[in-house]
Amino acid sequence: MPLLEINDLQTHFRTPDGVNRAVDGVSFQMGEGETLAVVGESGCGKSVTANSILRLIPEPPGKIAGSIRFRGVDLLKLSDKEMRRVRGNDISMIFQEPMTSLNPVLTVGRQLGETLRLHQRVSRREADARAVEMLRLVGIPEAKRRLGEYPHQLSGGMRQRVMIAIALSCRPKLLIADEPTTALDVTIQAQILDLMKDLKAKVGAAIILITHDLGIVAEVAERVMVMYAGRKVEEAPVEKLFRTPRHPYTQGLFGAVPKLGSSLAGNLTKLAEIPGVVPSLKQRICGCVFATRCASATDLCRQSAPALELKAPGHLAACHFAPKEALAA
Amino acid sequence: MKSPLLEVTDLKKHFFVHSGALGTGGATVYAVDGVSFTIDRAETLALVGESGCGKSTVGRCILRLFDITSGQVMLDGKRIDELSAGALRPFRRRVQVVFQDPFSSLNPRMRVRDILAEPIRNFRLATSRAELAARVDRLLEVVRLPRDAAKRWPHEFSGGQRQRIGIARALAAEPDLIVCDEAVSALDVSVKAQIVNLLYDLQQELGLAMLFISHDLAIVEHMTHRVAVMYLGKIVELAPKRALFAAPKHPYTQALLSAVPVPEPGAARQRIILKGDVPSPINPPKGCRFHTRCPYAFERCRAEEPALRATAGGHLSACHLHDLPAAQNPLAAAA
Repeated sequence: MPLLEINDLQTHFRTPDGVNRAVDGVSFQMGEGETLAVVGESGCGKSVTANSILRLIPEPPGKIAGSIRFRGVDLLKLSDKEMRRVRGNDISMIFQEPMTSLNPVLTVGRQLGETLRLHQRVSRREADARAVEMLRLVGIPEAKRRLGEYPHQLSGGMRQRVMIAIALSCRPKLLIADEPTTALDVTIQAQILDLMKDLKAKVGAAIILITHDLGIVAEVAERVMVMYAGRKVEEAPVEKLFRTPRHPYTQGLFGAVPKLGSSLAGNLTKLAEIPGVVPSLKQRICGCVFATRCASATDLCRQSAPALELKAPGHLAACHFAPKEALAA
Repeated sequence: MKSPLLEVTDLKKHFFVHSGALGTGGATVYAVDGVSFTIDRAETLALVGESGCGKSTVGRCILRLFDITSGQVMLDGKRIDELSAGALRPFRRRVQVVFQDPFSSLNPRMRVRDILAEPIRNFRLATSRAELAARVDRLLEVVRLPRDAAKRWPHEFSGGQRQRIGIARALAAEPDLIVCDEAVSALDVSVKAQIVNLLYDLQQELGLAMLFISHDLAIVEHMTHRVAVMYLGKIVELAPKRALFAAPKHPYTQALLSAVPVPEPGAARQRIILKGDVPSPINPPKGCRFHTRCPYAFERCRAEEPALRATAGGHLSACHLHDLPAAQNPLAAAA
């Protein structure tokens, strides 16, 4: 049984000018201890997918349909009370902005202890002891003193470490990290990525990493799912995706990212552009979601949406024209 | 010898922050503390560094959005840091800016036509209405926007298109130098590539000089001729692009470059992970400002501030390690 199995997830929002299909039929699976990266540009539905798993979508105006099976249990069928037992315990989340995701009027110790006391019913003293242990684990010096401090007394990198400590304090089976390093400087980002890799080995949680940075994907993920306009357009093991991206959008994305050190290899070429902009999600798109920006789009693409097809072992892509490898071998 | 287009010498900008209930307490933020560089005509200089290093403050000092604390800023051989507001006006035309946020940097109550016409009118660059309209059309064409964009409002455009409007507005004054303050940082990957290519083309076509302020090293490598790396209000290394990316000399530059995640799975890389956070510019460390995080710091670094000086390969670098004999030099050993 996979750890997480999502089938035909549809998260729609009612807005004054029509239904916004933020996530429109996304399916994927995750095994225990696996790291899956979800990549895509803003508005592609990657954060909404993550928030849907934890049912953090306000309903209404939002509406989640499909199924989200976590260890065989459909999270969408749980009562609110049952769901609260899952959040922060079996599945926890790290957000992008560590300043707004910590409560500014509670001490670090209180916020760490809250999770532990709620889910594991430990005494206040034990919670404090565990909190110190967690802060040490995430590499915060003088952990005891930090327990009494407030979020504003910490730097951005420290705050994100505290968030990670809170997220991991109940030893979750699944950790969702939504752009965990985007708000941080590059030297601090390196520290946090290093910490996440180290902790993954120690705690063994599966990780869904949401990011737009292909460099981070290459460094951290085992498998990658590429989203565009609310749909999954490609999924593959990380080496395969970077070696032979099969969907034109993924190819465009790779071409558009400048690589460090490219000026040394020879003459700089211009960055590849993906012309145009992401289509509005408020109109139903009949054909391929990428057809309006794709260089090789035909009438077929504009009329019928390509299904996700196995193009090579373990490599899914939703494109009529993406080359297929002989699967028998 | 012809003077460079822009010459900044020992620029300092200190801010005084008040604290306490009565505002009687206070501290000085040494945001920019002795920065010197030049930009030639048609040259792009990048200013890179992490948040709080003072790179944007340098840009704003050059634009005279701030009055500077000390030092001098020369444009075309003439000091502009002391000029009165009136005397500065002709120089304002010659240095323009593109900001980071394409949403807050355009007036939502002005049509695109008026946004672009304002600098043209202000600096009297058109003699008739027809010429003004022709110039606006031409600007839209230059930034690859459709002509009918002129009668629309900023909110009708996407982030990338707004950034094009921002660039057109900067070009409207026919500047010699454009300061791009994180001009592509807020944009999505595919749109970022469009704007990077546009800026690159414009720089080539119009022979503009550019000060490109950014924290994104890969984009900087793509865009610029020379790179200055800042840390806590100082330039720690300044070198031609290729020299800097091939063989960074300063330990901070080395760590910064090694920290950038590379989109190649399984790439074997030696990563230098710096300990701790950037110290506060209110109370910068004595001696070399980087010594608290530098893996190679030794006694002299804590006592004496290193000067920015020429080292091998056309670099300027501010580090005491360059004085050590090769046998004792951890930088040489690492290379």
